[in-house]
Amino acid sequence: MSEDGNGHRHLLSIADVDRDFIISLLDSARSFAEVSTRPIKKVPALRGRTIANLFLEPSTRTRISFELAAKRLSADVISFSGSTSSISKGESLKDTAKTLVAMGVDAVVIRHSSAGSPKMLTGWVDCSVVNAGDGMHEHPTQALLDLFTMRERLGYLEGLKVAIVGDIDHSRVARSNIHALNKVGAEVLLVAPRSLLPQRIEGMGVDITGSLDEALGWCDVLYLLRIQLERVEESRFPSLREYTLQYGLTQTRWSNLKRKPLVMHPGPMNRGVEIESSVADEVESVITGQVTAGVAVRMAVLYDLLGGSHG
Amino acid sequence: MAFEARAKVLDAEDLNRIIRRIAHEILERSKGSDELALVGIRTRGVFLAQRLGEMIEEIEGKPVAVGALDISLYRDDVATRGASKIGVTEIDFDTNDKKVVIVDDVLYTGRTIRAAMDALMDFGRPQVVQLAVLIDRGHREVPIRADYVGKNLPTSGNEKVKVLLEEVDGIDMVEIGEEREP
Repeated sequence: MSEDGNGHRHLLSIADVDRDFIISLLDSARSFAEVSTRPIKKVPALRGRTIANLFLEPSTRTRISFELAAKRLSADVISFSGSTSSISKGESLKDTAKTLVAMGVDAVVIRHSSAGSPKMLTGWVDCSVVNAGDGMHEHPTQALLDLFTMRERLGYLEGLKVAIVGDIDHSRVARSNIHALNKVGAEVLLVAPRSLLPQRIEGMGVDITGSLDEALGWCDVLYLLRIQLERVEESRFPSLREYTLQYGLTQTRWSNLKRKPLVMHPGPMNRGVEIESSVADEVESVITGQVTAGVAVRMAVLYDLLGGSHG
Repeated sequence: MAFEARAKVLDAEDLNRIIRRIAHEILERSKGSDELALVGIRTRGVFLAQRLGEMIEEIEGKPVAVGALDISLYRDDVATRGASKIGVTEIDFDTNDKKVVIVDDVLYTGRTIRAAMDALMDFGRPQVVQLAVLIDRGHREVPIRADYVGKNLPTSGNEKVKVLLEEVDGIDMVEIGEEREP
């Protein structure tokens, strides 16, 4: 959470925030999770505030999750995507954002394919900005909901052993999670072929292995990333079949485990690639639990930004 | 700001007697503990509600539903005062057609109770909602009054009433005093 000269608070990256912020947000997310279990799933906390969802890259769950979070706090929400707005007429991000703010928006939630665009936005608009995923940079609310899920399921974060498997290089989810897990004192092991790891990744305070079986014997949490099918065309690895054999959570691998880790996935899953369909069915409750947690965590974030908790 | 106590208003025994009296009053007015539920406002109201619940169980011989309400998300001053740390609301019983008694430690402006009623109504439609407070210190800003009062304590605006409870503070005591710049 950073604050600009005009007193607006932003959530741009996990790299920006400290441990205390993460923990207190996870604490308050627990209260917001309770709101979603009530017969009337709405509290008046952000009544009269307006939040704009500016999603310039395809997204289902994050966009809907932010929209529900805002609505359950009684904020008004306007959502628009690249294809239905003036963006498709060539309006620049800057002009779009200025238009929104001229209409009296209190916060902009932005998803953009260029890393750093949320940060740029803070210089142009007089309101709060939330990063809902920017290029290959960060996806802070995803990391927060993942930590929330780990803490609720396993009871602790400090000393937790988390293995992240897959395309680390292109993953903003991995990047945000590595930062967040480091800050709360968890241990991180990356599992991937060298071709899917960013350069100088060791500097982020993580261990690396090429063996999923080694990771499975070690971890408390197995975090599978989505393999983007277009990476095969880029020759990052020989074939999907090859990837699955080496890095996929197959039924055989899963059945052979004596101590089963918590399996998580940011969605959408590629069944048959990073996880075999039958295993996916078995661990589905955790993954849908991540989605449910997403609403609570985003309520906590929006409330923290707009609830005026710091003056 | 530091709290400077001027006088002790209630001690542990006084508090116990008040809980006992209010428990009897609630039972008298509700004609027993059927359909009765107690909902404490976080933080200290919750402990008072639990004590009242235990007392009622002791008198009637059967348990009574006790819940906890966090009203941070219903406050009317979030924008000006800033958001406080949010606690969890726990109402794991059906409030529909129940006789609900809201329990809090100090009744002052009445705004907390206004928020609590809004919060409570989101859980269902109770038959009756009543209010029990340990201390009523006056200075209402909204038309709200308590049905059960432990002690009326006329105060001035710059005075402060401090309620200490065993469960959180390690001692049962109510003091009146002033906030002073340290």
